Amino acid sequence: MSAVDEVASDAPAVEAVPKKAMTLGLGASLVMLALLIIGPMFVKNFIVFQLTMLLIYALAVLALNILTGGSGQFSLGQSAFYAVGAYTSAILMEHFGVNYALTLPVAGIICFGFGFLFGQPALRLSGIYLALATFALAVAMPQLLKLGVFEHWTGGVQGLVVTKPDAPFGLPISQDRWLYYFTLTVAIGIYIASVNLLKSRSGRAFMAIRDNEIAASAMGVDVALYKTLAFGVSAGITGVAGGLGAIAVQFVAPDGYTITLAISLFLGMVVGGVGWLPGSIVGSAFIIFVPNIAEGISKGLSGAVFGVLLFLVIFLVPHGARQVAMVAQHMLGKLRKG
Amino acid sequence: MMQAQLAQGQSPLLAVRDVSVVFGGIVALNGVSFDMHKGAILGLIGPNGAGKTTLFNCLSRLYQPSTGDILMEGQSILTRPPHKIAEIGIGRTFQNVALFPNLTVLDNVRVGTHARTNSDIISDSLRLGWVRRGEAELNKKVHEIISYLDLDDVAHTVVSGLPFGTQKRVELARALAAEPKILLLDEPAGGLNHEEVHVLGDLIRRIRDDRHMTILLVEHHMGLVMSIADHVVALNFGRKLAEGTPAQVQSDPDVIKAYLGSKDQ
Repeated sequence: MSAVDEVASDAPAVEAVPKKAMTLGLGASLVMLALLIIGPMFVKNFIVFQLTMLLIYALAVLALNILTGGSGQFSLGQSAFYAVGAYTSAILMEHFGVNYALTLPVAGIICFGFGFLFGQPALRLSGIYLALATFALAVAMPQLLKLGVFEHWTGGVQGLVVTKPDAPFGLPISQDRWLYYFTLTVAIGIYIASVNLLKSRSGRAFMAIRDNEIAASAMGVDVALYKTLAFGVSAGITGVAGGLGAIAVQFVAPDGYTITLAISLFLGMVVGGVGWLPGSIVGSAFIIFVPNIAEGISKGLSGAVFGVLLFLVIFLVPHGARQVAMVAQHMLGKLRKG
Repeated sequence: MMQAQLAQGQSPLLAVRDVSVVFGGIVALNGVSFDMHKGAILGLIGPNGAGKTTLFNCLSRLYQPSTGDILMEGQSILTRPPHKIAEIGIGRTFQNVALFPNLTVLDNVRVGTHARTNSDIISDSLRLGWVRRGEAELNKKVHEIISYLDLDDVAHTVVSGLPFGTQKRVELARALAAEPKILLLDEPAGGLNHEEVHVLGDLIRRIRDDRHMTILLVEHHMGLVMSIADHVVALNFGRKLAEGTPAQVQSDPDVIKAYLGSKDQ
C-alpha cells in the first residue's frame, strides 16, 4: 500500500462519516493550506486584499458556526461583536499607538466578555426568540457607535481611519501581501484552536447541550455556563475578525457594521454547512464573491440575480459545502474501488 | 438478596423521606418514604400515573418536592442544582431514551464522564499536555465500558441511526461512564421483546455485581422486577401501597387490587 492510499483509506466512505465530524482529514487540510499559502503569490494586490477579507469573514463565519453548529444557539447579532472588535483595534491603534498585532488579543478578550455577558439574559431564550434578541443587538450597535458621548474615541458618524501596517523586518513584500500572511497565520491558529475545542470535553458539552439539554444536565454539564461560554468564544473570535477587518480596510465607521453584515455571516454559515468548520471559508467566499458575480451578470438586477443564485444553492445542496464535500469523498472512494 | 439483607443494619445509601410533589392542585406524590441500601436492586412498581417517574425526577432534581427530603449518604440532595447530581454519584437513564442524537456512540459515552473530569475552554483549545493525557485516560475508560456493553461494532456510529434496543444500551454505557454509586433506570425494558428483557435482567444484575452499584429500577414489566429485584416498593396514586420482598409485594392484596381491579367493580 502506498502512502497516498494510506491517507485515502483513513477517510471512511460517506455512510460511515459521522454527521458530527466538524473537520477535514489531514490530506485535504494540507492541500487547502498549500493553496492558501501559494495562491496569493501570483495575483494582483487588489485580489490579495480580497483574499484577506475572505479569511477574515471565514473567521467570523467559523465563530458563528461554533455557536450555532456547536452549541445550537442562533445569532443574528454577530455584526455587533464584529463592530466592537473593529473599534477596539482602531481606537487602540489610533488613539494609543498600540501595535496592530497586540490590539487583536485585546479585541478578542473584550468581545469574549461582551458575548459572555450578553449570553446571560439570552439564556432564557432559545431558537427564534434568541435570534430576535441578537437581531436587536445588531440593529442597536451602529447607533450606539454614533452616540455623541463616545464621539471623541469613535469619531462618531465619520468613523476612524486606521494606518496600514508595513511588513516587519524589512521584508520585501507589499503591505497587502504582508497583511494577508499575517491574517492567514491568525486564522490558522484560531481554526486549530477551534477544532481542538470542539473535540474536547468543553466542545462535547456544547454539542450535548445542542442535542439534549436535560440529558446534558443529568451528565453534570452546567448548561447555563456552557451556553454563555459558547457565546463568549463566538463573540471573541468574531472580535478578532473585526479587528483584522479594521486593519485590512483601514477604516471603521458605524454603517460598516449593520444588520446586513450579520445576515451575510449567517448566510455564509448555511452555505458552508452548519456545524462544519471547514465550510466557513466556502461560506465566506460565497458572501464575498457571489454578489460581484451577480453584478457582473446584471448591474440593475444584481440583488435579484444574487437571490436566484442563493435559491439554487439552497435547493441543490441544502447542507451546503459539507454536502458537496461528502458527495465528492464518496465518488472518490467509488473510483478507487472500481 | 443476601447483600441487601446484610446491609439492613447500616445507614441507607439513599433515603427518601416523606416526599410529596404537588402540581397545581394535583398531588403526584404523597408522603412517600423508603430506603435504598448499598448493593441492592430496588424495584419501584405501580400502574400508570402512580408517581414513579415523578419520584425519579425528584431524585435527579428535575422536580422540587413540596415537602420531605432526599438524603444521599446522609446529605440532602435538594440544595443541589440538577447538574451537580452526577458528581455525588447518582446516574440515570431516561424512559424514552435521551441520547445526543447527532453524536457518535463514543462521544455520547464521553459526555457521560463530564462530571468525573476537569478542564476549561482555554486548556482545551490549546490541547495542553494535561488535557491530552486526560483524554487518553478517558478514552481507555470509555472503550472499556463500550466493550463491556458489547457496543464495539457501533462505537463510531452516530446514535440517531441505531435500533432502539442498542440506543438503550448506549444510554446505559453513558450512565456507567459517570461511575455512579446509584444507577436510576427508568423503564429499561420498555420497547424490548421477551428475549431482550431476559438479557437485560442478567445485564442489570451483572452491573450491580461487577461494578458495585446500587440500582433503582422503575419498571412496568412485572416479570423483570420480580426476577431481579431484592426489594420492591409499590406505588399507587402517589402513595406507597406496599414494600417488601418481591414475593411479599406480589401477594399483597392492595397491590393485586391496584393492578387487577377489586372484585366489587
